[in-house]
Amino acid sequence: MKITVSGEVKEYKDGTTLKELVAAEKVETPEYVTGSVNDELYSARDFEGIVLKDGDVIEFLYFMGGGSYNGIY
Amino acid sequence: MAFTDEQIERYSRHIILKEVGVKGQKKLLNAKVLIIGAGGLGSPAALYLAAAGVGTIGIADADEVDLSNLQRQVIHQTADLGKAKVISAKETMEAINPDVKVIPYRTFVSSENIEDLIKDHDFVIDGTDNFPAKFLINDACAMAGKPFSHGGIIRFQGQLMTYVPGESPCYRCVFKNPPPKDAVPTCKQAGVIGAMAGVIGCLQAMEAIKYILGKGDLLTGFLLTYNALTMEFRKIKLPKEVKNCPVCGENPTITELIDYELTECDGAI
Repeated sequence: MKITVSGEVKEYKDGTTLKELVAAEKVETPEYVTGSVNDELYSARDFEGIVLKDGDVIEFLYFMGGGSYNGIY
Repeated sequence: MAFTDEQIERYSRHIILKEVGVKGQKKLLNAKVLIIGAGGLGSPAALYLAAAGVGTIGIADADEVDLSNLQRQVIHQTADLGKAKVISAKETMEAINPDVKVIPYRTFVSSENIEDLIKDHDFVIDGTDNFPAKFLINDACAMAGKPFSHGGIIRFQGQLMTYVPGESPCYRCVFKNPPPKDAVPTCKQAGVIGAMAGVIGCLQAMEAIKYILGKGDLLTGFLLTYNALTMEFRKIKLPKEVKNCPVCGENPTITELIDYELTECDGAI
């Protein structure tokens, strides 16, 4: 099947789960990434149960800090 | 309120824009924006909002300027080392534009003070690094019906999204809960290219300006990501709403602000 991963069309075998995709794509901090499949959001703990289909559009959303931290909020 | 000759000249490049004009410039002068964090993201945002003539800018941070800040926190200068960041930022902003009233809040945000901090502002810019603060800002803004811009940076990457109550998913719709300590890389551990703070902080300022003007499309319902190494911007579509969001969903389960345990860097990032 062909799926779009972070904007790139890729070939994956039928029945690939979102968890398998995360491993294959070497996603950083896989336990804390949010997955988007066709604009639906999934937490990492749900990835195993998400079986991808031909034509699916997948995005990974990462935690990102930044700014001026130096102390206790 | 009539413009002085000096104001007409100062804002002439704004006034000539059909999306701004005299009316829009007046909106900017009457607007109140709160910037939380006077660091990497807060610096460029504060500089451009001050230059643009946003009339009241609140800026909150408890830190002092440290040498390791100056690689990216461009509102502070070498001579400001050791000075409270909010004072250093206020001095720079007022030197750029005396039209702007800068209100420094020398404090970190917490569940105790954030409602008071945000309530008198039209728009909030999240320029914080740590996730407890990011979730706190999100929850407080969602509960108070206040729009805000989320920004994040690490290494050569950055991202932002804009939340407008009732119109778009919030930060918690996307990122549920803060990650545990050391689970995700921080700027201190991983580094960040200084100009990344400039790119993302300026985009946050742009969102605030567009919100005030009521012009253009905001980054609501999207997460914009920027990878400087591949030079790619990607606008990732988010769901229109997340019905089970614990803060902005149909049956909120988080109805009080939470001070999460600090899980972020030990030092300035």
